[in-house]
Amino acid sequence: MSEQKDLKRVAYYPGCALEGTGHAYDRSTRAVGKELGLDLVEVENWNCCGAMEVKNIDPKLQTYLSSRVMSIASEDMGFDTVMAPCNGCYHNLKKAEYDLTNDPENVAVTERLSEKAGHPTYKPGSVETIHALDWLKRAIGEEGLKERITHSLKGLKIANYYGCMYTRPRHIFPEKDQGPGSESTLQPHFMDDLLEAAGAEIVDYPLKTACCGGAHTLSDSDTSTKLVLNLLEAADECDADIIATECPTCHSGLEMHQIRAETKLGKKTNAKIVYFTQLIGLALGMNARTVGIHENVSDSINFFREKGLA
Amino acid sequence: MTPFETITAGIAAAVGDSDARRGADALVTWGERILENWVEARDETPTANEREGFRLLALQRQGAKGDPSFNACRETCRELVYHRNLIHDEPENVEMPKRLKMAAMVARHLCLFVQGKMEEDALGEFCCSSRPLHNEKPTEEVPNHA
Repeated sequence: MSEQKDLKRVAYYPGCALEGTGHAYDRSTRAVGKELGLDLVEVENWNCCGAMEVKNIDPKLQTYLSSRVMSIASEDMGFDTVMAPCNGCYHNLKKAEYDLTNDPENVAVTERLSEKAGHPTYKPGSVETIHALDWLKRAIGEEGLKERITHSLKGLKIANYYGCMYTRPRHIFPEKDQGPGSESTLQPHFMDDLLEAAGAEIVDYPLKTACCGGAHTLSDSDTSTKLVLNLLEAADECDADIIATECPTCHSGLEMHQIRAETKLGKKTNAKIVYFTQLIGLALGMNARTVGIHENVSDSINFFREKGLA
Repeated sequence: MTPFETITAGIAAAVGDSDARRGADALVTWGERILENWVEARDETPTANEREGFRLLALQRQGAKGDPSFNACRETCRELVYHRNLIHDEPENVEMPKRLKMAAMVARHLCLFVQGKMEEDALGEFCCSSRPLHNEKPTEEVPNHA
């Protein structure tokens, strides 16, 4: 990880989810970036990263799809950093980087498909893929954020939920687990650091990287509901007001299965599901609508009004 | 193989144990039963070895061999061990009932996850994160890319 790199202007790869169910994440990420003076330049003519469906059928095609995004960012747009807020996109771009560095078969397929598609083959190492958490942590940092907070999150108890793809598998994230200042794959803490800097009380949440059953939500909804219910009940048990998320799939799963757990299993839970970028936006004094609180399924607007944040 | 219903009931009972340390140990043992089920379902013999002092962690490692997506429960197992240690180190802590309950929720998550994984054959890949990355020779026929 190049700590000194200037991340004030980076290529932005929103991915498909942020144009759909995760639109509030896109909205709040862009709004927070603008407020903090960080320039997000959307990758031109981007495509799907190959998340889940393509990867499970043809992993090499997924590698190619992700490599095309990085190729455009580096070769056409001249960027050395791509920021992907979605865990699935972030994971897949990192995986493609690893595949193209270590697997000649993947390289051959990517070269062939790139040539056929008429664009330069991505050269491994040309860009660094970072998550929205890395972006804010490295570009602004806790101290920089503290200086800009106008509406402290003081009084909010937050359980941070990172999901499974932000840290796994470890070997595609070589910059993690590098000691102080780097992210941990065992106990991720970047979201904790940022929201604590915004004034929130971070609760000790033991299921922060546990599976939410996101990939099974259509084929086996009951398992997903049970997994999510356990995550929600654990958050309630920790006295958390909010579960902060940084992945659109996890976020949607938590929201939808919270409702399903109540209607199907009669289990009501209380934690609000909110993107971490929405929370940072509120702490920066931004309007609830600007950060897309109204777009969340989990209704938190009255809660934030009570707290003087909306 | 221990029925998951038995394990679920055992986890619930451990929370009510008047001796928190005994309850915490029981939760780790139920965690081992869960992972034994996974290992046995793969026609392997569950290891008796320990890793970092815990058989639970050795079983998790064994279960992930050849199926890296099983690492999605690695930290869940470590959290269970952490809570067990926390309870043993501070048995008089006022937070003890809450800690034991939290440990039980971690154990329950492990149980739900492994149950879901064991339905994989019928329902398709459970975890989306990592399996193909490690498959040098995917079982499915790879289409002709050219």
